[in-house]
Amino acid sequence: MSIDLPGFADPVLESQACFRAVLDALARPGTLHEAGAGLVPPAPLGPAAAAVLLTLVDGETALWMAPEFSASRDWVNFHCGTVPVAAADTAAFVLAAGLPDLAALDAGSDEQPDASATVIVQVAVFGRGHRLRLSGPGLRVPATLEVDGLPEDFPALWAANYALFPRGVDLLLCCGGTLAALPRSVRVGG
Amino acid sequence: MPDIDPPTPFAPAAPPDAGPHAARRHWMSVLARAGADEIAALLNGAPALPAHVRLRGPEAGLVMLRGRAGGGGAAFNLGEMTVTRCTVRVTDGHVGHAYVAGRDAHQAELAALLDAALQDPARHDALQAAVIAPLAARQCAARDGIARRAAATRVDFFTMATMRTDS
Repeated sequence: MSIDLPGFADPVLESQACFRAVLDALARPGTLHEAGAGLVPPAPLGPAAAAVLLTLVDGETALWMAPEFSASRDWVNFHCGTVPVAAADTAAFVLAAGLPDLAALDAGSDEQPDASATVIVQVAVFGRGHRLRLSGPGLRVPATLEVDGLPEDFPALWAANYALFPRGVDLLLCCGGTLAALPRSVRVGG
Repeated sequence: MPDIDPPTPFAPAAPPDAGPHAARRHWMSVLARAGADEIAALLNGAPALPAHVRLRGPEAGLVMLRGRAGGGGAAFNLGEMTVTRCTVRVTDGHVGHAYVAGRDAHQAELAALLDAALQDPARHDALQAAVIAPLAARQCAARDGIARRAAATRVDFFTMATMRTDS
């Protein structure tokens, strides 16, 4: 059991602050927001991704964690009170270090598009690497997000997810204590 | 008036199953029933506890109590009760947990800290003698007193017992 590290020192205020950061990130796709300051999760989990899990995941939430995060699994189970599900396609939250196969995840239904999966991806770094051109709701002028850690053909993969609207998954990109979001409504160009 | 049997003393403090966690289960249950002031008073005469960090809580929440009427009845939800839980890690690495009834955060933290310290073989015997044993004796005596008062008013329903055996 590696639960030797604390979670939020002040669960109420810190999870509200993180929730706000996630909302802002989703409302303005591609902008960078601080999350999880002061949090020391067990590697390889970063502070921002850990804060998102502590904020959004609880005992009634189906979470799937990629095998890379096995060292962080006990900590997440303990602090979120969740038991990760075995298959990614039934999960409401997916935590991965690289982009998982978006088409295999739960995209919701036309009656309940809100039931789709939210994907948390830990990327290598923001500010360099792949340059993504973003446009859509929340962006008056197209924005640019530079991110290293997504596959080369990400725009094409994302286009398939975008075409499902109002169904589709939402993407939260986390790196260290910073996060950005790509909601299903955003259009990504290479 | 039926004869009054001497009250059966309550089960000894240690649970009958002697699994690997029996000792820990015992001290956790004793601590969960002891008040914060009671524990703190006994700690004054005990060796100092190690420094600790809070891993989770103390935080209050609700647990659903389930009941069962009779041996064959189906389980039902009796109601919710307030429970405070706390998890701490002491400097030597042991992790202690506590779930206590009520909303006394201080009690939960003390109980978790003691649970962690009692897992350390170097501290276990001194703490067991200074804190757990007196608490257990006190709780046993209190239960015994209640049992005695209840037993004094006991009425044996011979007819009902006979009917049950017949059916």
